Amino acid sequence: MTAVDLEAKSLLKRFGSHVAVDSLSFAVTRGSFFSILGPSGCGKTTLLRMIAGFIGPDSGDIEIGGRSMQGVPPNRRPVNMVFQQLALFPMMSVGENVAYGLARRGVGRAEREAKVAAMLERVGLPGAAGKRTDELSGGQRQRVAIARSLVLEPTLLLLDEPLGALDLKLRERMKIELKQLQAAFGTTFVYITHDQSEALVLSDQVAVMNAGRFEQVGSPQALYYSPATPFVAGFVGANNRIEGRVSALHGALADVTTPEGWVVRAQIQAAPDGRRPSVGDAATAFVRPEVAVLGRTAADLDRPTIAPGDEAAPVHEGVVESLLFDGANSAVLLREARSRAEFRVALPQTGRYADLKVDERVLFTFAPERAVCFATGGGGTGGGHG
Amino acid sequence: MAEVGSKTTRLLLLGLLLAPALVWLVGVILLPHLDLALLSFRERIGPGEFSWSLAQYRTFFAEPLYWDVFVRTAVISVIATGLTLLIAFPIAWTIAKLTRGRVSALLFAVCLIPFWVSETVRTLGWMILLRETGVLPAVLVSLGITDTPVEMLYRDATILVGLVYTSLLFMVVPLYSSLESLDDSLIEAAYDLGGSGWTVLRTVVIPHAAPGITAGCIVVFMLTLGNYLTASLLGGKNSLWFTEQIYTQFITRFNWEQGAAFGFLLLALSSLMVWLGLRLSGQKFADVMSRT
Ligand SMILES: Nc1ncnc2c1ncn2[C@@H]1O[C@H](COP(=O)(O)OP(=O)(O)OP(=O)(O)O)[C@@H](O)[C@H]1O
Ligand SMILES: [Mg+2]
Repeated sequence: MTAVDLEAKSLLKRFGSHVAVDSLSFAVTRGSFFSILGPSGCGKTTLLRMIAGFIGPDSGDIEIGGRSMQGVPPNRRPVNMVFQQLALFPMMSVGENVAYGLARRGVGRAEREAKVAAMLERVGLPGAAGKRTDELSGGQRQRVAIARSLVLEPTLLLLDEPLGALDLKLRERMKIELKQLQAAFGTTFVYITHDQSEALVLSDQVAVMNAGRFEQVGSPQALYYSPATPFVAGFVGANNRIEGRVSALHGALADVTTPEGWVVRAQIQAAPDGRRPSVGDAATAFVRPEVAVLGRTAADLDRPTIAPGDEAAPVHEGVVESLLFDGANSAVLLREARSRAEFRVALPQTGRYADLKVDERVLFTFAPERAVCFATGGGGTGGGHG
Repeated sequence: MAEVGSKTTRLLLLGLLLAPALVWLVGVILLPHLDLALLSFRERIGPGEFSWSLAQYRTFFAEPLYWDVFVRTAVISVIATGLTLLIAFPIAWTIAKLTRGRVSALLFAVCLIPFWVSETVRTLGWMILLRETGVLPAVLVSLGITDTPVEMLYRDATILVGLVYTSLLFMVVPLYSSLESLDDSLIEAAYDLGGSGWTVLRTVVIPHAAPGITAGCIVVFMLTLGNYLTASLLGGKNSLWFTEQIYTQFITRFNWEQGAAFGFLLLALSSLMVWLGLRLSGQKFADVMSRT
């Protein structure tokens, strides 16, 4: 099997009566880009600070590179951290910042300077060693912060929302740079974010965290296309959320009927404990805006089939509430005719339907196997709208 | 209608606003010092007859007593400043970094307590503790550490204790404000990159706090050097302080010329030390003053 660089074993951290990190266990494979995605206050920073060693867990253990970190202080752990506000030393030059860790290890001056120059070159800042940190742009400071950590060749690089302080344009660019840096260095990255697009774009594996626990750990595709819990379905990507009760089962599909009688057919997702919904159970269905297709008439509609040999997908009716123009992400917000529930449908890239008018009546449909539904009865958890 | 923005009006307004400060600067500081400067370069050659001379300054260098006291005052002031820094740093660190809210306020209040009573009463308190028949010598005897009560007053060390005690707050405040502004994540980053407690202090904390440290040291040094009451009461006749010499010349001997010369020597000493301190710590005067 592939080597594991970080392993958490039932990590638990309490602040007073509040459980910030709730018996977490997970493993991160060597050389991968692992993201922890979750809403504000779910315990991400607490988890990262436990890995870095700034706070000790109440119970459980952390192994880095196969070695238990119990009682190992932050300055002796083979991990380095990139702080949210970067924490570059303002009293030192860029070169001194990058050389800081090497100097602490007793690396000689000449070797230090050579390594710093090489590292700055690799992060695209050749010759910047003599500059002051406040002479750099936001993106350059970001790269210095990463260089300062990577020059120590850590087993693990921890990043706590490092792009949070940057403006949108720069964030987009740094996202790509981060991914390229990680690929070039092959260092294992553990990356914290509350921005689902960052997590999806960058990561090999994403853990969706909620209230101190991981709801799901998987590839970005797995999280997006087969969310394991309603929280993940609601948090990762945009999703239409339809609540009701299971009215019929068709093999792997279920009909979820809202109190107003709108029937939505979707793929059944088993709960983490293996429970599957049966007829009469409370259930929530999620339909992605880009899964649904629009039509002005039934003939217009490219109706997907449910399964080979089965009848075509059900057609729904709605009224245009508003048009949400956002370039390639443009969508139309409908009100479903029967339930008056909001439903978002992505507009095709061809520009078709760009002429839709508010209050116009339209039809829409989607392949049920590309929508998901969960039994939400009993201890079901709710999630925010992504 | 008068033009509000006209140059003369504005100058007049500025003059009015600055008037109290100017009166204070010229009347209370500049004039007396000019007069003292003139005084210090005079020599009495007969009743009511004076001539220009450097005699006052010559006496200072010729008379070992004056010179000794001058040097002792300088050395003890430097030591007191250093000790105050060493003691105040952990206190300021605790208030700025380790405690929050009420506890911080309480610790500040504790530093402030010495100033609730007058300097005289405070110093007399030390005398009650330290004199031969006082509390501390009695405790030492009862613990069997000394056979007979020892006189703890009138020593250099006694002055030192008193001076550090009075100066503490003036060091804690600038240190606190410079440590407070140090971002915790810088300390964590330094630690994370492999720094130990000592190297983090040396490479990150002290460089950041340098203006505050320099400001505190300058204030404490000046206060200590110019201190009269604590030094004379705790030092007594054995451990003389230079301000006492000035006092003696002016009040007891009525030799104003000599007193004025001494005063200027003290001023020169404190200016020199401040300049040296700034040079050694590589700080800018304006930078430091904005921290006091
Ligand atoms: N030192 C502390 N003392 C008490 N409670 C704390 C402490 N640190 C964090 N918490 C609490 O623990 C919970 C998790 O905090 P944490 O900082 O890990 O959240 P986060 O996921 O990083 O959030 P964000 O995205 O806003 O940074 C929060 O409810 C927070 O109030
Ligand atoms: Mg956080």
